[in-house]
Amino acid sequence: MKYLAFAAGIFCATGLAAETPELTVYTYDSFVTEWGPGPAVKAAFEETCGCTLNFVAAGDGAALLARLRLEGARTEADVVLGLDTNLTAAARETGLFAPTEIEADYDLPVAWDDDTFIPYDWGYFAFVHAADMPAPQDFLELARSDLKIVIQDPRSSTPGLGLLMWVKAAYGDDAAQVWTDLADNIVTVTKGWSEAYGLFLDGEADMVLSYTTSPAYHIIAEDDTTKDAASFDEGHYVQIEVAGRLAASDQPELAEQFLNFMVSDAFQSVIPTTNWMYPAVTPAQGLPKGFDALVEPREALLIPEDQAQATRDTALAEWLGALSR
Amino acid sequence: MAWRTQPVISPRSGVVAAIAIAALMAAALGAVLWRAEGGRGLGPADWSALRFTVVQAAVSALVSVALAVPVARALARRQFMGRGLLITLLGAPFILPVIVAVIGLLAVFGRNGWISTALGWAGFEPVHIYGFHGVVLAHVFFNLPLATRLVLQGWADIPAERFLLAAQVNADARAIRRLLEFPMLRQVLPGALAVIFAVCLTSFAVALMLGGGPRATTIELAIYQAFRFDFDLGRAALLALVQIALTLGAALMALRLGRGDGFGAGLDRPVRRWDANGLGLRALDAGVITLAAAFLLLPMGAIVANGLAGLSALPNSMFRAAGVSLGVALASAAVLLLLALPMAIAAATGRAATVETAGLLGLAVSSLVLGTGLFILIHPIASPAAFAWPVTALVNALMALPFALRILIPPAREVVRTQGRLAQSLAMPGLSFLRLVLLPRLRRQIGFAAGLGAALSMGDLGVIALFADADRATLPLQIYRLMGAYQMQAAAGGALLLLVLSLALFRTFDWLGARHADA
Repeated sequence: MKYLAFAAGIFCATGLAAETPELTVYTYDSFVTEWGPGPAVKAAFEETCGCTLNFVAAGDGAALLARLRLEGARTEADVVLGLDTNLTAAARETGLFAPTEIEADYDLPVAWDDDTFIPYDWGYFAFVHAADMPAPQDFLELARSDLKIVIQDPRSSTPGLGLLMWVKAAYGDDAAQVWTDLADNIVTVTKGWSEAYGLFLDGEADMVLSYTTSPAYHIIAEDDTTKDAASFDEGHYVQIEVAGRLAASDQPELAEQFLNFMVSDAFQSVIPTTNWMYPAVTPAQGLPKGFDALVEPREALLIPEDQAQATRDTALAEWLGALSR
Repeated sequence: MAWRTQPVISPRSGVVAAIAIAALMAAALGAVLWRAEGGRGLGPADWSALRFTVVQAAVSALVSVALAVPVARALARRQFMGRGLLITLLGAPFILPVIVAVIGLLAVFGRNGWISTALGWAGFEPVHIYGFHGVVLAHVFFNLPLATRLVLQGWADIPAERFLLAAQVNADARAIRRLLEFPMLRQVLPGALAVIFAVCLTSFAVALMLGGGPRATTIELAIYQAFRFDFDLGRAALLALVQIALTLGAALMALRLGRGDGFGAGLDRPVRRWDANGLGLRALDAGVITLAAAFLLLPMGAIVANGLAGLSALPNSMFRAAGVSLGVALASAAVLLLLALPMAIAAATGRAATVETAGLLGLAVSSLVLGTGLFILIHPIASPAAFAWPVTALVNALMALPFALRILIPPAREVVRTQGRLAQSLAMPGLSFLRLVLLPRLRRQIGFAAGLGAALSMGDLGVIALFADADRATLPLQIYRLMGAYQMQAAAGGALLLLVLSLALFRTFDWLGARHADA
């Protein structure tokens, strides 16, 4: 009977507190932990909105989109925060998102012009390694070396897909050959970022696919300068994380207000040291100390949204072919 | 065989439970299929995933069970200080979230692990763990404890009188093997093989990580890809059906192979062994137990060592999540017993095939597809987050059901066989038989099954990720979320907390069951 008491408790808990307007924001898991941006964002927004901000965490960006597609127009979400540029085309296609008026003075490595999604942070994918180790200059040098890397599976992980697009954007038709040459450097492929980064920290590989901003975490939060990101001559693939509001939302004004808040200083200043990404709009006080030590890629690579889907499928087939041998 | 046509206790509620489970699974799968929008069918990549899945699952099951027999035999015929505690600890890998257990495993066997480091000092190359053998190693690591417990149960179910008789006729170890142990193994092993095969069929993160890349793509990963990469629900459901067919095929084979007569009545005396006192056999058993303990406990030691530093940094959310997990685990154990006991009774009174097959469904159905199906069913009616805990408790109970049935059915069958006739001749009503004869005799197994169910539920990441919002996370989900936010040390502390709580829960139930059984 514990079971029933349990269920009853939950119903009561959700039945209360319907007085103030509620804004429901779907996001990914790491956003809502106490070290993520979630708590600070909630506190700052609730100070001004006279509302309750609820986060619902659903895996990562791709899991978020899958959940939205399952729920369709009946979704409780007013805002979705955490899709990236590999997902925006599919997200747009669902027709679930409403256009937004918001514009801001973005500091992105690429021009941004979108009437539905607003960017809130961004980063470069990069291989992170021990600072005292000479890092390769590009993928080809990495492939020739004996260095061991751990990467994420593009079928189950956002960074994994990012790497796939990175190699494709840099090498085009030669991407399959690059993967074949890289095969003996890859210790293993993991389901998600956490497993791969954990393996790297435990010394299972020399380098791990992550972000150029990852060393900033170790510098700022752990006072540890032993991690570095390798700068590759081909340029680095960009991940831009975006948010959008749902057309079926019963709080359209509040949702728009939240999107506006997302490009303001209050939100943007939280991002660098909680989400460990670059803010989409540099806050007035600038970037925190520690970010100045990060590598600056020479070139930013990004496959446009309308080609991303087709490129993704070809690149995955090449990746599977090269690594399954 | 008059008692079989009119059993001493009705199998009805067990059959109803089996049908309800099958109906729930069918509804969930049906919901996923219903929401599917004409995707592509199964491609060549899916077929090679199928091949890899079956081969690795079969090899993993065979190796796990082959190794479990000597370990269980050694544990069955030796009494030593801390034996009970050792058996509990040996079960730890099975109840941990896979990601945590794998990190422990790699701390020992990885490129930078203890063995590789030792080899490096001696001037050798590090161990190469990633590959097919790595997948099998990890699956044996997870399933050897389970296989050992199932086989050990088989030994425990041989009545003490048999060994007494064997000693009186001066039967040596070889004769005992032939007369008592082989027939027991013939009955126990096929079921153990089928269960472990089913567990390994739905493996995904471990197979990929230890397999070293996309060569190690399992059906579950293909389902994951269909769901989140292609949003092709039709293919996800099709692949889930393939998993079910494979599991049920294995189960039917096991049922057919596992048939045989029981050992008849005993008086439930404690077992004493007179045949295994030789020095050689003692040394052999000591060696086997030491090796198994080292294999299973060293990675646990690594988890403890990693976690100690993180314990002081545990955030409040981790303790809240631990509370949630304890509640879900207790509820899950209760649901498990409500399902498993009637089903075990039904199996003992002649409905074995129906019940065991339905029981295996919980393992056979991909948790992603099951969770998605339940999500689709619940979403139009209520907020899925409100159902996060009940759904998790239910799904966890279904996942533990095959194990509970394997634990409960053989002794239940034995009790019905040995005590049923007497009870019938006394015209004892079914409920009285349950209360006075069956339940007291199954105490030990009920405790074991409930403990296993609770511990499994504690460690399962499963469907909660689909349902939970920020405040309803379970401990494994919270650990995973912290890892995703660079908090590896806090996550390691959480893993240690989980390990301790799971084992404590398991040990408590196991102890509650055994306490009166031994009296």
